[in-house]
Amino acid sequence: MTGEREPGAQADANRRARVLMKGNEAIAEAAIQAGCDAYFGYPITPQAELLEWMARRMLELGRVFIQAESELGAINMALGAAATGARVMVSSSSPGISLMAEAMSYMAGSGTPMVLVNIMRAGPGLGGIGPSQSDYFQATKGHGHGDYRVPVLAPASIGEAMELMATSFELAERYRTPVMLVADGILGQAMEPVDLRFRTPERQTFDWALTGAAGRPGRVIKSIDLDPEVLERRNLDLQHKYREIARRETRWEGWQLHDADLVIVAYGTAARVARTAIERAREKGIRVGLFRPITLWPFPSHELARLSRHVGGILTVELSAGQMVEDVRLAVEGRCPVAFHGRMGGLVPTPDEVMGALKALKGRVDRIASPERHAHMAPVSRWHEPPERTEAEPWIHERVRRGGRR
Amino acid sequence: MTLHTPGPESPAPGASAARLIYARPEVLRDRSTHYCPGCGHGVVHRLLAEVLTELDLPAHTIAVAPVGCAVFAYDYLDIDFVEAPHGRAPAVATGIRRVRPEAFVLTYQGDGDLAAIGTAEIVHAAARGERITAIFVNNGIYGMTGGQMAPTTLLGQKTTSSPFGRDAALMGYPIRITEMLAQLPGVTYAARGTIADVGSIGKLKAMIKRACQVQMEGGGFAIVEALSNCPVGWGMTPQQSIEHLKGPVVEAYPLGVIVDRGAVAQPTHDLGCPSPAHPEA
Amino acid sequence: MDHSVVFAGFGGQGLLFTGQVLARAAIKDGLEVFWIPSYGPEMRGGTASCTVIVGDTPIGSPVVDRFDAAVAMNLPSLRKFAPRVAPAGLLLMNTSLLGDEETGRSDLVEMHLQCTDLAALCGDDKLVSVVALGALVARTGWVTPDSVRAALREMAGKKRPEVVDADLGAFDAGFEAGAATP
Repeated sequence: MTGEREPGAQADANRRARVLMKGNEAIAEAAIQAGCDAYFGYPITPQAELLEWMARRMLELGRVFIQAESELGAINMALGAAATGARVMVSSSSPGISLMAEAMSYMAGSGTPMVLVNIMRAGPGLGGIGPSQSDYFQATKGHGHGDYRVPVLAPASIGEAMELMATSFELAERYRTPVMLVADGILGQAMEPVDLRFRTPERQTFDWALTGAAGRPGRVIKSIDLDPEVLERRNLDLQHKYREIARRETRWEGWQLHDADLVIVAYGTAARVARTAIERAREKGIRVGLFRPITLWPFPSHELARLSRHVGGILTVELSAGQMVEDVRLAVEGRCPVAFHGRMGGLVPTPDEVMGALKALKGRVDRIASPERHAHMAPVSRWHEPPERTEAEPWIHERVRRGGRR
Repeated sequence: MTLHTPGPESPAPGASAARLIYARPEVLRDRSTHYCPGCGHGVVHRLLAEVLTELDLPAHTIAVAPVGCAVFAYDYLDIDFVEAPHGRAPAVATGIRRVRPEAFVLTYQGDGDLAAIGTAEIVHAAARGERITAIFVNNGIYGMTGGQMAPTTLLGQKTTSSPFGRDAALMGYPIRITEMLAQLPGVTYAARGTIADVGSIGKLKAMIKRACQVQMEGGGFAIVEALSNCPVGWGMTPQQSIEHLKGPVVEAYPLGVIVDRGAVAQPTHDLGCPSPAHPEA
Repeated sequence: MDHSVVFAGFGGQGLLFTGQVLARAAIKDGLEVFWIPSYGPEMRGGTASCTVIVGDTPIGSPVVDRFDAAVAMNLPSLRKFAPRVAPAGLLLMNTSLLGDEETGRSDLVEMHLQCTDLAALCGDDKLVSVVALGALVARTGWVTPDSVRAALREMAGKKRPEVVDADLGAFDAGFEAGAATP
C-alpha cells in the first residue's frame, strides 16, 4: 500500500494498463483465480457485489455457487465442501459473521481449511452499513467458543486484498485452518486501479479429505472428544500450530519509521488516513511513521515492542471504540505512551482529526521528556466527540420537536 | 437376507460349517455402542449398514453426523464422516454434494437436530432438491442431554423440561416435519417407518433402500423418518417403550410412504454428474 | 500531490458513472486514483455522490477533509458540500437547477454552468454530469481530455454504444464552456 511507484517506461506502460475494479468484485475475482472451487453466501450490505460477482462467474466456470438460506447455511455448506478437500470460500458482513461463528469454531477444532471474507460494517446489532473496524475483537479474539485462533489478514488497498486472497487460501490449506480476510465497507465499495496478475496457490493432496472410503478405513473430520485427556492433547496440538503460525506468518508494513519520533499504528482504511495525516505532519516538521499490521492475528507484537523502545509515543487509529489498541498496549508494555483515536457508527477519522490527535500526543510526549515523566505514563484514550453531543441528547430534541411525549 | 460382503466370521467356501444366514455387514464396525439398553439407534445403524452394503455404496459414501445421540455414528459405521454443528447436517451435506457429484451423500439426524434447531437447513436442502439421503431418527426427545422435550414430543408427555406433561397452550404441538417436507417439489421421496417390531423393521429397511436408490438414480432429496424409542428418556423399560411406540407414537406419526415422485424429472439443479454407482463414468 | 473532487446530486444524473470515467482517464494518464461512492440509505433517498481522488503517488486517505473541487448538481448537494471545499477550491454549480443560489462562501472559485441545458442540447439531459466533467477537466487539467474521451468510449460503448457520440459531445461542450468561463 505504501510502496512507492516504480520508475521506467515499462512500469509506466503497466500502470496505464491497469483496470479499475470495485473492491468486492476484485476480491471475488481474485478468489476465483486463486482456484476457489465453491462459494457459499447470503446477501448483506456492503458485500453484496461479492456474492453477485460469484453468482455469475462461478457458474460460468462450472464451479459451485449457492446462495444459502442463511449465513449459517452458507458456512456449513462450506464446511461440508471443505471436508472433501475442495478450495472453499464464504463472505459476509459483520452481522452475518456473527452467525458464522459457530461453524468457525467447528472448523478450527476439526482442522478444516476455508477462507472467510468480512466486509465490516458498523455495529453493534444491526447497526448500520457504513465502514467499520469494530469486528477486530470478533476476528482476532473470538467468533465462536473454545481455545482457537484463525489467521486474520487486513488489506489496505484493493490490490493488496487481491494478493491476500491467494495468501489466505495458502494459509488455510498449509495449516488446516479457517482464515479470515477483513476489510471495512470502504474497501468493498471503492474502486481502484488493479493489475490483473493473479496467483493460484499450488494444489495439495490431503490425507485427511473425505473422498469415500475406497480401499482404506473411513476417515472422520470432527471436533468432539469427550475424554478430557484426549481433548487437552488436541488443544495442545492446536496451540502448537498457532505458535508456528505466529512464528512464520506474521506480516506488517512500516513506512517512514527510520526517523520517527511518533508512530501511528493502524490497519486497513485507517492506515491510509494515517498516511495522509503523516504526510501533513511531516510538512509541519513532526516526524511520524506508520506501523501497519497486515496480519491482525498473529499480531506483530515483537516488532511493535522493538519499535516502542525507540519512539516517543504511539497513536492507534481505528474505525472503532478502540479494539486493536489493546493489542498495541500489550505489545508496548508501557514503554511509551499509547494514545487512541477512533470513530464509530460508520464514520471514518479524517486526516485532520488524526493530525489533532498527533499534536495532542506530541504535547504529552514532550512533557514526558521532562523530569516528572513517570507521572504521565498512564495511557489515555480519546474518542472523537462531535460538539453537539455536549448538549442535550439528540432524542430529546426529537421529542421536543414532536411536542412532548408520544 | 442376502449379504454381498459377509463378515470375517463367514466360513470359507466349501467348508462344512452350518449355513450362515445372518452376519454383521463389514461396514458395521465390530464394537459395542454407547447407546442405552433398548435404544433404537442400533437397529437403524444396522439397517443402514445393510442397505449401503447391498447397494455397494460404502466406498463412495460421505456421511454427515449430527449433534445428539448419533454424534458417534462414525464409531460404528466404517465410512467417511464429517461432524456437523447442531442442526446443520443438511447444509454440510449440500456442500459435499456440490463439490463431489460422484459421492453418495448421507445425513443422519435426530429430531432435536432436524426438527428444532435445524429446521431452516432441512427445509432449504429439501427445497433445493439436493441429491442427498436423509435418515431422520425420531424418538420424541432430547436423549443425549438428559431427556428434555423435543419439538416432536407428544402432547401430555412428561420430560425433564416438561415435568407436568407437554401442554399445547404453553409448548405448542408436535411437528410432523416429514409431511411438511413432502410438499416440496424438490423432495423425491419421503416416508416414515419404525423400529417397533420385526415386520416394521423390514419395511423401514425397504424405505431406507428406496431413499438411497433415489439418490443413485439421480433423483432429488430423499428422507426416511424412523420412529424410534428412548426407554431411558421416556422413563420406561425397553418393552414398555416399544409398546408406547406402537401405540400413541405411531398414532401421532402415521407410518407409510408419504410421497414418491420417482427419480426423474426433478425441477432442480442439473449437475451433469454420473450416478454414484459409476463414479468414473 | 493529490486532487480530490466530489460529484453530488440526484440519483439518475450519472454521477457515479462520471466519477468512474474520471478514474479511468486517470489510469490512462498513468496516475493513481481512488473512487468511492456514498453507499447506503442516503442513495435511496434520491441523492447520490461519489468522491474521486487523483494523484501521482499511491492514494492515502479515502476520506477527504477539504475537497479541491466539488460538483453540485442540486441544492441539497450545494448545501452539503460547499462548506467542505478547500479555500480557493473550485465549486462547479449546475445553475440549470441552482439558479442564483448563494454558496455562503467568499473564498471559493465558483464556476456557474447550465449543465442540464447543455446536456439537453447534446441530446440527453441525463448527460448532465458528463458536461460537468468536461468543465472540471478544462479548468483543472488533472487528467488529459483525450484520456477522458477514451474512457468514455470504453464505458459508454460497453453498455449503450448508441449514446457514445452524445457522451463525447456533452464532454466537449462542457470542456469548451469550462475553458471559456473566467
